[in-house]
Amino acid sequence: MSETRFKTLRDTPLEDYLTPGSPLCAGCGGQLGLRIFHKVLGRNVVFVNAAGCLTLMFVYPYAPLRSSWMYTAFASAPAGAQGIRDALDILLAKHRIEPDEDLKVVVVTGDGAAYDIGLQATSGAIQRGLDFYYFVYDNEAYGNTGFQWSSATPVGSSTTTTPSSRFSPAGSLAEKKDLFEIWRAHKPPYVATVSVAHAVDMMRKIERSMGMRGPKLFIALAPCPTGWGFDPSEAIRIAKLAVETGVWPLKEAINGETRHTYIPRALRPVEEYLKTQARFAHLFKPKKQQEIINMIQERVNEYWLRVAEAEGITIKLATEVK
Amino acid sequence: MRHKAVMLTGNAAAAWGARLARAEYIPAYPITPQTEIIETLTKWIQEGEMDAKLVQLESEHSMLTAAGTASLTGVRVFTATSSQGLLYGFEMLYNIAGWRAPLVLVNVSRALAAPISLEPDHNDVLAARDSGFIQLHAETCQEVLDFILLAYRVAEDRRVMLPAIVNMDGFYLSFTREPVKIREQDLVDEFLPHYSAVNPFRASRHVAKGSAVVGGHIYSYFKYHMHEALRRAHDVFIEAARSFSRKFGELYHPVSGYMLDDAEYVLVMSNSFATLGKHVVKLMRQRGVPAGLLKISMIRPFPAEEIANSLKGRKAVAVFDQNISLGLGGIIYNEVLGALYGCPKRPEIVLSVIGGVGGKWLSVEEMEKIFDELKRLERSGITKPRPLFLFRRDELTHIERVLKLAGTIEVSHHE
Ligand code: SF4
Repeated sequence: MSETRFKTLRDTPLEDYLTPGSPLCAGCGGQLGLRIFHKVLGRNVVFVNAAGCLTLMFVYPYAPLRSSWMYTAFASAPAGAQGIRDALDILLAKHRIEPDEDLKVVVVTGDGAAYDIGLQATSGAIQRGLDFYYFVYDNEAYGNTGFQWSSATPVGSSTTTTPSSRFSPAGSLAEKKDLFEIWRAHKPPYVATVSVAHAVDMMRKIERSMGMRGPKLFIALAPCPTGWGFDPSEAIRIAKLAVETGVWPLKEAINGETRHTYIPRALRPVEEYLKTQARFAHLFKPKKQQEIINMIQERVNEYWLRVAEAEGITIKLATEVK
Repeated sequence: MRHKAVMLTGNAAAAWGARLARAEYIPAYPITPQTEIIETLTKWIQEGEMDAKLVQLESEHSMLTAAGTASLTGVRVFTATSSQGLLYGFEMLYNIAGWRAPLVLVNVSRALAAPISLEPDHNDVLAARDSGFIQLHAETCQEVLDFILLAYRVAEDRRVMLPAIVNMDGFYLSFTREPVKIREQDLVDEFLPHYSAVNPFRASRHVAKGSAVVGGHIYSYFKYHMHEALRRAHDVFIEAARSFSRKFGELYHPVSGYMLDDAEYVLVMSNSFATLGKHVVKLMRQRGVPAGLLKISMIRPFPAEEIANSLKGRKAVAVFDQNISLGLGGIIYNEVLGALYGCPKRPEIVLSVIGGVGGKWLSVEEMEKIFDELKRLERSGITKPRPLFLFRRDELTHIERVLKLAGTIEVSHHE
């Protein structure tokens, strides 16, 4: 694990496969994540996409990536990857294409496809041991359709379908689905969470997975200025806060064995993260909803106490703000 | 020809079609009455008799997605489903056609839930009629095999590049043994050259497929192109059928007649019940009724011109639909009417007949009734007949009997 090309940000590959002129929102964390992912994987990639914001990168006849692209459908991008991978393998085995014509098959979807409508197809692909990458840009809601609740939406977030109202002041009260654990339960060779604010960690993880055959799965927390409600220039700062408050743990599981790749030894209060985004604004105004904020904090504390115990270390929890 | 016929079920004939076509990739998912096809293919692959990869997906939606993307990557793809499975993967039919992926899908027709049933009618496959798939509907197990070979040839033709469905009826073909000539592999190889994909995914040349469009005019542009390509499939089929007949003997047509030349009363049918239709036509002839049958094998592209040419000048026509578009009636009836409008000597009487829905058995008497009805209409001068729904008194009695048995107290029905 010590052998890595990526020691500091200066080791980021210079080649860029994302050309200027993509029509996505400024400061889109999802697109930045894809850009980093692509840099590490190199040019010989075919992306298999399901409906989401990134779908609109490819509007006929324009193509902003220097690689191949296959838009499938909302629910079945992993199955689309299966067809391409299997076909390439058949052609390689029969010597109908040269080995250097091979491509890395990479599913790229948002959380709607990954957590909700495409979960069955993903489960199938992982279980079949398909040799592919899956990159989820998780902006914690259906961003492309205007920010509706998804099963990746965290407690306390308002969305257009879980607004903060007289009847449900907190916004969404459902727990965010733990996709990392669902994927891990399938025992694929590699699963990781990543953050665009921790590019070195992310690049190392991609690099590590590249030596493995089978499903290699990544969930990136993708700050979404449009849906979350913040200035595009804040994207990285917010992504960083998600990690420093402990809301977004950075971890990986190799053949099902989980390890945290970054442990914030002193957690910052979740309130610092929540305050930065309009989707949580109702927790502070017109009246502070301390109970909900405490609840979110408690969940984070519980999580990291378990990590500290397992690792035999101490983590300084954020004190609850009264 | 070199080979004698062997007894095969429709499902086995479909598997032979895929094998002879040297399908290389078979995404699969089980569903009655199709499952025997993928089991047969699996067995051949396991025994080393067929060089292909069969992958069982977790749903028909995924199965069709994998089928489409593999076809775009450059392998010949075969897959099969039925009924609920076709509808479960339905959005992918439009996608596969839009991707211009020339794979072949066998649909083993089965009625759609609810109520859930296993027996055949054509609401499943006809739901896909607007998707951009070529549709060939088989009457016999031999046609199942031969249509698969023809379907690949037409689908993969650069003038077409669209997927194809070969339809057979569940049970009546899928599980029924008929004599089938297994075509000679060397001749099939000549008939069906290697598939080469258009701009497949390769490291040396990047491509984008399935891109979004913004603006209705671009969408229209693609759809008109697809429509033209599907229309061209008609002539490409005729060409392919000629080449097929030179190699194997049988000459297939988009529509074909039975005792049609001098027929005054014509029954229009498709799929396996056409065999029963032919039998009844023969009986009518023995009784001196100038009956005939027109079989439609190609449902898409719809051979409107041939249908109009075959039906013009007839006294009366009945269009048999083994489907029901609720609130409209028979689907093929309405398409045939459309084909006849504007035809100079079109028949005055065109009767819609709906029967065999959900696999309901058709007796000879019911089929004879169609011709009686045509003659009655002709005598009475009624040119806008009401549809004829085939259903027997004894079938109603049976329903009443089982309802009583189940403890239903009162049975009421309307005459
Ligand atoms: S809505 Fe959010 S995720 Fe979608 S493109 Fe805009 S910033 Fe990116």
